[in-house]
Amino acid sequence: MLEILQKAAVHNELIAAFAVVGLIVLVSGQISKRLTFGRVHGSAIAIVIGLGLAYWGGVHTGGHKGLADLSLFSGIGLMGGAMLRDFAIVATAFEVQATEARKAGLIGAVSLMLGTVLPFIVGASIAYGFGYSDPVSMTTIGAGAITYIVGPVTGAAIGATPDVMALSIATGLVKAIIVMVGTPMAARFLALKTPRSAMVFGGLAGTVSGVSAGLAATDRKLVPYGALIATFHTGLGCLMGPSVLFFTIRALMG
Amino acid sequence: MIIFGTALLAVCHLLGIFIGDLLGQALGVKTNVGGVGIAMLLLIFARLYMQKNDKLPKLTELGVEYWGAMYIPVVVAMAAQQDMVAALRGGPVALLSALAAVAVCAIVIAAINRTERQAESSASESMRHDNPLLTDTE
Repeated sequence: MLEILQKAAVHNELIAAFAVVGLIVLVSGQISKRLTFGRVHGSAIAIVIGLGLAYWGGVHTGGHKGLADLSLFSGIGLMGGAMLRDFAIVATAFEVQATEARKAGLIGAVSLMLGTVLPFIVGASIAYGFGYSDPVSMTTIGAGAITYIVGPVTGAAIGATPDVMALSIATGLVKAIIVMVGTPMAARFLALKTPRSAMVFGGLAGTVSGVSAGLAATDRKLVPYGALIATFHTGLGCLMGPSVLFFTIRALMG
Repeated sequence: MIIFGTALLAVCHLLGIFIGDLLGQALGVKTNVGGVGIAMLLLIFARLYMQKNDKLPKLTELGVEYWGAMYIPVVVAMAAQQDMVAALRGGPVALLSALAAVAVCAIVIAAINRTERQAESSASESMRHDNPLLTDTE
């Protein structure tokens, strides 16, 4: 009986993922209502449960794709993978009020620039503080503090060692997780209320996964505005990391 | 037909990724540059154009809006496949640089957003969406 059920789930992976995620969202909605009396958004709880399951999956299988490494849940990999994630992000643009987006165009670009340079400076300085004082390692770890994609792309381009690459990816992952979980808690401090503020947030916080999950857990209506800016973040970082930023560090460090 | 909406979304998505890849190649970067963002802009323009010319029936809209509403479940699935173990194994360098980067950015976000407040806080009141599939997420 159980075997047949398991076989059905494995053969219909994406459908099984819809059911599993539906269950997670249902449970988190109940937790939000009954335990926190609506003070913590259901989506925020669902994302934390997702991260918890990802940790459990990672420990269980030793793989890199969280829960998706278990064959029973492989559909999670498809459902939450880049293809469907980007498809759903693009779809949210349908709700954007063009006038609101245009008003924040310039400040969005400025925050995108700041969101690339500031984390890089912080990341590179801390790397230096921990003894990674060669320009290649400093740049790679600094780039990891932009996003976990910019880190390895930059590191590969300038020839970083595998352990520095791993550190760079870890930095980006930790950043994404902090943004996912921290945004709803810090929403008041960040003054996240208007489309313009969401665009500033998207540019500065960077990491698409962090921004998209963080805003989803704060206010679903702000998602398209933040995502619109944040999706340029990785491209800009990959552009600047191995070039301008690396040359600057090399010039500074001699 | 509902498929027209989903097809419109798919075409915008593919076109955006394509332009992003071209842009990446032109700039000499190995990745896609803003493909998803470009796709979003294309969809916004397509919507404005079709609305003006009365070519956007409700059913077509729903073909896009369904995917917009599936956004949060997709994000939950995304969270469930993060490499949490690697993130936690990164040790103090990864933890500290990530924390410090987020903290610095948070302060700058708060500073920029506070300058806006007095000027146009009233605009937020009028903000709304017209996706009927989203009413229960509020």
